This record gives sequence, C-alpha cells and structure tokens, in this order.
Amino acid sequence: MHLTFKKTGQTLVVSMAGELDHHNAVNVREEIDRRFSTSNAKNLVFNLQKLAFMDSSGLGILIGRYKTVSAMGGKTAIAAPSLLTRRLIELAGVHRIIPIYETAQEAVGGVA
Amino acid sequence: MNNRVKIDFLSVSENEGFARIAAAAFVSQLNPTLEELDDIKTAVSEAVTNAIIHGYENRGGTVTLLMEIEEKCVKIQVIDKGRGIDDIKKAMQPLYTSKPDLERSGMGFTVMESFMDSLEVSSETGKGTKVLMTKRIM
Repeated sequence: MHLTFKKTGQTLVVSMAGELDHHNAVNVREEIDRRFSTSNAKNLVFNLQKLAFMDSSGLGILIGRYKTVSAMGGKTAIAAPSLLTRRLIELAGVHRIIPIYETAQEAVGGVA
Repeated sequence: MNNRVKIDFLSVSENEGFARIAAAAFVSQLNPTLEELDDIKTAVSEAVTNAIIHGYENRGGTVTLLMEIEEKCVKIQVIDKGRGIDDIKKAMQPLYTSKPDLERSGMGFTVMESFMDSLEVSSETGKGTKVLMTKRIM
C-alpha cells in the first residue's frame, strides 16, 4: 500500500496505490491523519485511481476521515474508484455523504 | 465433487491478502470473469478479517479456508475456533459493529451476502464461527 499526497489550494489529495484491507488500515489512517493535520488543508480528496483492491476496512477509513474533516467544516470527495470499489461504496451508501468524481481534478473542483 | 483445497493459516493480518489470492487462484480454474473474481476475493477478505479481529481478537489461532468446486459452483468456508458470535442476527445487520473504536464499517456480512450467491453463518460462543459462502460461476 503506497500513499502520495499533493496539496492544491485548500485541498489535500491522497492518492492510494495497492490493496487496502484491515492489515494496512491502521497505517493508512494514521498517515492520512498526520499529513492532513500538518497540511493546513480544509478539504480532503481520496484519489483511488491506482487502488487495486479494497474491502470494507477501506469503507471505515473513508467514513472516519469524512467525520473528521466535516467536523472541522471541510469537504471530502472520492475520485476514480474501480468498478469493485464503487460497488462497495454504493452498497454502504457512502456515496450519499462523500460524492464520487471521475477524476482527481474534478474532485478537487467539487470540494473547492 | 470436482476439486477441494484446505488451507490452515495463522490468524495474523498478513494472511488476509494471502487468503484472497489463494481463493482467486483456486477459483480461476472455472474461468471466472474479473468481476466474479473480485467478488470472491472481497468476500473471502471480509470473512478472514472477521475471524482475525472478532474470532481471535488479534490473539492468534488458526483460520481454516476450505474451498470446494462442484460443476460450476464454488463453495468457500472460513472457519475459526475463536470466541464465537453471541448474537448472529445482530452481527449481520448492516452497519453494526462491535468494535466502533477500530473504525470498522460494520459492512462485512452485508458485503459477503451481496457479492456471493448465498451466505450461512453458524457460531457457538466460546467454540468458534463457520462462514459458508457459495457462488455459481456463469
């Protein structure tokens, strides 16, 4: 599991590559929280374009970050999920609170 | 029965990825679509994660992955000898989690149910849990 971060304006984009499951969920959560808190960003975009696999542990990460960012008045968005990840997100109803965009660029525009 | 594989592995989170790959490799002999493979990998990942987190509560133990193929149907069992589930009906409710502090989404059983054709969960407190899932490869 590999994370890269890029800040655009008030938005931090976290790009995830690899497989997101319970095994690496804690490290992913801590790394995102650490980078978000030190970035002074307001909004958070999850770029899932290179995420090869995710199970419900990933849903926990998305929902948890949504709660944190929302509590501070920011917005979250999901970009470029695979078909499988999109099905999981929709099954849990997460798309109703975190909007899905086709690209990271659109997501950044959406939360701005 | 056309084929059968039984794998016992240690209840550590490193083996979640191993279990997914093992299931995908076993099922590949039925020439599944990529979507069918993803469904099975996800369901196995959920069941194995449950065994590790809830069954053994990260204390270690053995998880058994028993997979069988009969014609075009794959039958997968994930078995642990952990603490068991006190209330299966409650545990299977969407969004219910006994460990909210771990940021679990409570969607594990719902995912298994949605991505496979059938799901049966049997459990006895103090004895362990068996998850049985089937899927017909079209």
